[in-house]
Amino acid sequence: MEYIDRLPSMDLMRSEKMMLAQLIIPVESAHRAVSYLGQLGLLQFRDVSSDPLFYQLPLWFSVYTCYMLVKLVAWERLLNDDKSPFQRTFVNQVKRCAEMSRKLRFFKDQIHKAGLGLSPHPASETDIELEDLEVGLAEHEHELLEMNHNSEKLQKAYNELLEFKMVLQKAGDFLMPDGNHSADHETELDENVHTNNDYADSASLLEQEMQPGLSDQSGVKFVSGVICKSKALRFERMLFRTTRGNMLFNQAPADDPIVDPASNEMVENIVFMVFFSGEQARKKIHKICEAFGANCYPVPEDSIKRRQITRDVLSRLSELETTLEAGLRHRDAALNSIAFQLTKWMNMVRREKAIYDTLNMLNFDVTKKCLVGEGWCPIFAKTMIQDALQRATFDSSSQVGIIFHVMDSIESPPTFFRTNHFTNAYQEIVDAYGVAKYQEANPAVYTVITFPFLFAVMFGDWGHGICLLLGALVLIAREKRLGSQKLSSFMEMLFGGRYVLLLMSLFSIYCGFIYNEFFSVPFHIFGSSAYKCRDATCRYQFVPQMIFLNSLFGYLSLLIIIKWCTGSQADLYHVMIYMFLSPFEDLGENKLFWGQAVIAVPWMLFPKPFILKRLHTERFQGRAYGILGTSDMYSDEEPDSARHPHGEEEFNFSEVFVHQMIHSIEFVLGAVSNTASYLRLWALSLAHSELSTVFYEKVLLLAWGYNNFMIRLVGLAVFAFATAFILLMMETLSAFLHALRLHWVEFQNKFYSGDGYKFKPFSFASLTDEDE
Amino acid sequence: MYGFEAMTFNIHGGYLEAIVRGYRSGLLTAADYNNLCQCETLDDIKMHLSATEYGPYLQNEPSPLHTTTIVEKCTLKLVDEYKHMLTQATEPLSTFLEYITYGHMIDNVVLIVTGTLHERDVQELLEKCHPLGMFDSIATLAVAQNMRELYRLVLVDTPLAPYFSECITSEDLDDMNIEIMRNTLYKAYLEDFYRFCQKLGGATAEIMSDLLAFEADRRAVNITINSIGTELTREDRRKLYSNFGLLYPYGHEELAICEDIDQVRGAMEKYPPYQSIFSKLSYGESQMLDKAFYEEEVKRLCLSFEQQFHYAVFFAYMRLREQEIRNLMWISECVAQNQKSRVHDSVVFIF
Repeated sequence: MEYIDRLPSMDLMRSEKMMLAQLIIPVESAHRAVSYLGQLGLLQFRDVSSDPLFYQLPLWFSVYTCYMLVKLVAWERLLNDDKSPFQRTFVNQVKRCAEMSRKLRFFKDQIHKAGLGLSPHPASETDIELEDLEVGLAEHEHELLEMNHNSEKLQKAYNELLEFKMVLQKAGDFLMPDGNHSADHETELDENVHTNNDYADSASLLEQEMQPGLSDQSGVKFVSGVICKSKALRFERMLFRTTRGNMLFNQAPADDPIVDPASNEMVENIVFMVFFSGEQARKKIHKICEAFGANCYPVPEDSIKRRQITRDVLSRLSELETTLEAGLRHRDAALNSIAFQLTKWMNMVRREKAIYDTLNMLNFDVTKKCLVGEGWCPIFAKTMIQDALQRATFDSSSQVGIIFHVMDSIESPPTFFRTNHFTNAYQEIVDAYGVAKYQEANPAVYTVITFPFLFAVMFGDWGHGICLLLGALVLIAREKRLGSQKLSSFMEMLFGGRYVLLLMSLFSIYCGFIYNEFFSVPFHIFGSSAYKCRDATCRYQFVPQMIFLNSLFGYLSLLIIIKWCTGSQADLYHVMIYMFLSPFEDLGENKLFWGQAVIAVPWMLFPKPFILKRLHTERFQGRAYGILGTSDMYSDEEPDSARHPHGEEEFNFSEVFVHQMIHSIEFVLGAVSNTASYLRLWALSLAHSELSTVFYEKVLLLAWGYNNFMIRLVGLAVFAFATAFILLMMETLSAFLHALRLHWVEFQNKFYSGDGYKFKPFSFASLTDEDE
Repeated sequence: MYGFEAMTFNIHGGYLEAIVRGYRSGLLTAADYNNLCQCETLDDIKMHLSATEYGPYLQNEPSPLHTTTIVEKCTLKLVDEYKHMLTQATEPLSTFLEYITYGHMIDNVVLIVTGTLHERDVQELLEKCHPLGMFDSIATLAVAQNMRELYRLVLVDTPLAPYFSECITSEDLDDMNIEIMRNTLYKAYLEDFYRFCQKLGGATAEIMSDLLAFEADRRAVNITINSIGTELTREDRRKLYSNFGLLYPYGHEELAICEDIDQVRGAMEKYPPYQSIFSKLSYGESQMLDKAFYEEEVKRLCLSFEQQFHYAVFFAYMRLREQEIRNLMWISECVAQNQKSRVHDSVVFIF
């Protein structure tokens, strides 16, 4: 017995022992207590805020303190059956936190837009109160919004001036085409007017019309402005339709793009000038401009006036530019000061929100003086939690201590494995199939070795293994650096599985040695016998020790060993198959020894019901005593005994027997089909070696056959490429997937129910930026 | 090809059908509505919606919320989903999806034209338009003075152009003929959509013809009730009814001559599916008729999800979401105006 006690505890084999604890927290210290528990991160709160059950208090509790007792006389749950989120107690605080995190997101967005970076390390200032932070955030937001508003207004004015300037410049070209522009101008005119094909005529005519002062004579007027380039075509078409073609549309691309203040993007514009005649047309054109969001600017026809206005506009532009820049600098400074603190604030708000969310899971007693909560914690953490609670009481100088006591529960506790860097990845593999039931044997223990081993059986090649090993070692060597930064999803997967990769590579080197394979080149290290093809299917020693499997595959393993030892020529397949087909016939030269297991199946069929029956009888008796013993304690508190829900079941032997029969048949069939599944080990390992042989022989050796440097180089390149991508990456993936399947389907369905749920403690450390 | 959709439907439509069924499972449930109806302020509504699929759309809204913001953001979600589906769709599903928006297009055209007639600001009107019914040159509608111009300047570029053939007149626009234009357009649209679905065949045709027939009949009833006591002649009224549906043609004859709501009721009660709707109403009452029709519609729309391999689920999903947004708008309005007793007047539960 002593020896067993001295053994290291089986942390990974069985999940941590858990207990359900009840917390009774005075209101004044509740916030602090929950925040300390969050720092500790070892208690998983249950949502009891809408629990319709009455709360029972153990007897000793009334003795605990008279003060509390007074309040607890009418200890009763508020009978709200379904509380929606906004009916909970701390809903206002949660709302405030949500509002604050909205502001913080706004700041982050603004900082991002301004191209500034967040300071990665939270500033180590003294802690600020949440209320102060709230006020501060509101101030910052107000300030920032005001600045944005101002700069937007300025930007708009600036844009208008800029557009006006461009219109003025281009208008000059439109109105008085000089020698340089006339040529392309004429074609443009021609296209737009769609009149006769006499260039010279129309051009000169229009030029005449466009002389200053002509407009009042002929009635030709114009509207000029700026419109977004993407809308220009539709705009022109609409103008054409409205005026029935009686207009002239001139356009020129604007010189510089304009910043759209709403979206902060650069927009390409064109400057247009529409010539038309008639008052009716003017109204319509103005309406269309408005509808298309085109900005119109009045351009004087007189060139001197135009120049004067241009000068004016230019000077105002430069003024505005300086104002804009000053505003921008001011804003950047404000944002910088926010950016310095932002990470800290975000963490703080996130924590506060988590605290209030947790507090919402607690429930008030009727007197509204204390909060009651329930939660799961591992037993080893009891003292730590009590410690934290004591500190909370002390720090909030509360008169009444926080009460922490253990309850019993009908619910199955959550599953909590303490893993380390090394075992974590394996535990993940198992959890992906299903989280172990509370205190169920954890397959991850076996998986640590069997998974890489099965992988290696399929991937056995020590050349490839070394490549994998190098990769795994690189990942492990850089563990610290890679762990602290954000990785791409693929890299994160690789990094997460670095220790799996390490063991996989070590085992493939080992298997590669046994197979004598180095990049598909046979290496004669252990002589010529390759244990490959057949025996690979036979390594079932790790399969759970069931009677049937032992009698079949344990027997098979035994046969293998006997074969190795005696050098017999027997064909093991033959033995196995004929064992079922004709159990009593002579096996000829395949006979190894007499009396092969016929007993296996009935063995499996019969004992269990009998054992079960015996066990049940024992348990039944035991429990009857147990109930007698405990009933005194609970009788006054829980009359209808929710904690022992199913009294005593009848033990029905025939039913169990039928069940066992079904199970046996299922098991036998499963064993056969699973054995066939394990054949994939053999198939894949063959495929892998064949594939690498093909690449080696048909590419590398073929290329080497030529006495040409170039061909050899190309051959080498193709070989290297194929090795790296097909053999190392794709084959690794396929072997990995097959190993995964063998574990999930063939291995774990033998014994692993995996219907538990994970322990998710309330912990600040696990609060990530999920809402970003 | 009825009965054989299962063989080929998934080649092009499978992905999107899965998507739309996923979207549908995000619709608010009766429990959600119960919680929403208990809200005290718009912030409570926002908080509750933040736990639903609307969450990301509302989370960055600053706190004093308005009903319009909630509705706008919820509509934005619908529009995003619609756009996603449209970009993934191939023919003929993409055409089918586009057909769904034409109704909104008609409403937007009418909204802008009426607004301009009453000298409202175009930008303000544009904000009120349903985003699904927007088209490029919609703002230019303000320029038009009469139907002919409306068609020639703007609508000739839109998919609505063919529906316009019946209402090109040179009359100046006024409220009356705008309303007639709306109904004529809608009639042409429904008939066109109906023909398109018939052409698609299979379960799509079967289910869509049922849904569209219901829509057409509902419009016929509404036109009748709204035109009672106006100067619209019987022949003109008759012309506005769509030429399909359960009421076509004999029901239409009867509706065309109705002079009060009880006569409408008498005409409709001859049709068993509508009898149940009217039996819920007391005589002379038409207030609750809308809700009764909406409830019936929602029931039919939900049923269309029971079959697979057809396009009607897309139509049904869009309609159900729109109903949901109408519900949210009503609840928000009631909460904002402290009229919580009236919350249940117009909310149609979907599940």
